[in-house]
Amino acid sequence: MSEGTKRPFSVREIREEFPALRQLIYNKNLIYFDNGATSQKPKIVLDAINMYYSKDNANIHRGVHFMSQKATTEYEASRITIQKYINAKKSEEIIFTKGTTDGINLVAYSFGELLSAGDEIIITAMEHHSNIVPWQMLCQRKGLKLRVVPINKKGELIMSEYDNMLNSKTKLVAVTHISNTLGTINPVKEMGAKAHAVGAKILVDGAQSIQHMSIDVKDMDCDFFVFSGHKVFGPTGIGVLYGKEAILDSMPPYQGGGDMISKVTFERTTYNELPFKFEAGTPHIAGGICLGKAFEFLSSLDMVAIQKYEKELAEYAQDMLDTFEGCRIIGEAKNKTSVVSFVMEGIHPFDIGTLLDKQGIAVRTGHHCTQPLMDFFGIPGTVRASFAFYNTREEVDKFIEAVEKSINMLK
Amino acid sequence: MTIEEKQQEIIDEFNIYDDWMEKYEYIIELGKDLPIIDPDKLTDDRLIEGCQSRVWLDAEVKDGKMQFSADSDAIITKGIIGLLIRVMNDETPETVAKTDLHFIKDIGLQEHLSPTRANGLASMVKKMKMAAIQATINK
Ligand SMILES: Cc1ncc(COP(=O)(O)O)c(C=O)c1O
Repeated sequence: MSEGTKRPFSVREIREEFPALRQLIYNKNLIYFDNGATSQKPKIVLDAINMYYSKDNANIHRGVHFMSQKATTEYEASRITIQKYINAKKSEEIIFTKGTTDGINLVAYSFGELLSAGDEIIITAMEHHSNIVPWQMLCQRKGLKLRVVPINKKGELIMSEYDNMLNSKTKLVAVTHISNTLGTINPVKEMGAKAHAVGAKILVDGAQSIQHMSIDVKDMDCDFFVFSGHKVFGPTGIGVLYGKEAILDSMPPYQGGGDMISKVTFERTTYNELPFKFEAGTPHIAGGICLGKAFEFLSSLDMVAIQKYEKELAEYAQDMLDTFEGCRIIGEAKNKTSVVSFVMEGIHPFDIGTLLDKQGIAVRTGHHCTQPLMDFFGIPGTVRASFAFYNTREEVDKFIEAVEKSINMLK
Repeated sequence: MTIEEKQQEIIDEFNIYDDWMEKYEYIIELGKDLPIIDPDKLTDDRLIEGCQSRVWLDAEVKDGKMQFSADSDAIITKGIIGLLIRVMNDETPETVAKTDLHFIKDIGLQEHLSPTRANGLASMVKKMKMAAIQATINK
């Protein structure tokens, strides 16, 4: 974790820094409970975006001139901020991507090139489509076998099944740190240790964890960790793939182009070193710089206090929902956070979502890009409220009132 | 009543509501009241798979007029379907094929018909028009 003094957590103060939270939707104060889909942005990020395009805009890594050098310095400084935040050994292990999906596809393609027919990849029953489809494509391409760790009715991985699945053919385990639909926190450190015991690597999908808890990739001892900038208070179109240096070094490039080469002739091209080997073309410079600002912002916060606050908020919402007749909470893992998914007997999630919207409340309804999970629970979708540290108990109270009103209208 | 008069009638009905929740209350009542399709017509070949809610549509021509029936698993979707059917039923295939369903926009429900909305309604309107065009070809 990065050093420096943390300010005491105050939700009132934090809300001040997120201008998007102060707006009227259909003449009601916005209640934003769709943080699982994307987060709002703090002023420090918004100002940095404005500053970059109004003053500092230049291409990086190639210019002799002042602006290019300044942009390059800031872009690379951001890489170091992120490296320190997640406690990676070296900044070369931080690859900028377009987001979680892009990071997973990079690994599926490039690490996948090292695999051969008969090898096995393990995912879980609660993965986002982003952490299913790239592996299916790789398995088809290379003749690999995809195995899926099942879950129990509470929405927890059945670890004995995972243990049984691991064998000498297992080459990679790809698992979500926190389920975007259920809120389940998976034991990724334990899963990694077990994967390593059979010689396999582990990729952790951190799309839903980086914004809710402190992340230490060294302690977790994962081989890959991926996340999206837009879910962690940064811009869209930028994300990070962390990978252990030795493994990234052994992997072939993903895309070819400028920046990723060291020397090009028509006969032969040699590739650049990490991290540039995996960053072909002009990157999302503004995104990279401003994602660094988001992490500067996060570094000033007390993540332990925040994790506790968010957990209490979610538990409060869940307890209140539970009092409604016919309400079924989807995802009741012992270890869960920040997400409450539910269905109401006889009422379509879409109807509840539509009525909540008209009351100024943003939630997500549907399958949340986890269709196999919906099939497992035998439902078409859920209503999902997902929280961030800027949400309040009063908002939860208003949400519960609005749910009640909606149910009464729909019954 | 012409198809345009039917659209205007619905616009007038919605004009008395100035609050969104009241509008939706009305749509939900429409959805609850309507048995709009024979249960034995809820078959997979009539199913329009939206991302969120599902819609079933049946189209027939009777005495030269289009007869639609439809259903959905979501009540708000069903209420809007009720409005669409009220406008489109008992009209000639030619009228159905060429009518601009502006009332949806006028009563503020266009978001439900946007192709990205994923509730199956945009596909349903398209299927209604296709059925009408087919009927004119079959004549
Ligand atoms: C667990 C999980 N994985 C992957 C993704 C995909 O993220 P993105 O669309 O930003 O690439 C998401 C986003 O919804 C997610 O929640």
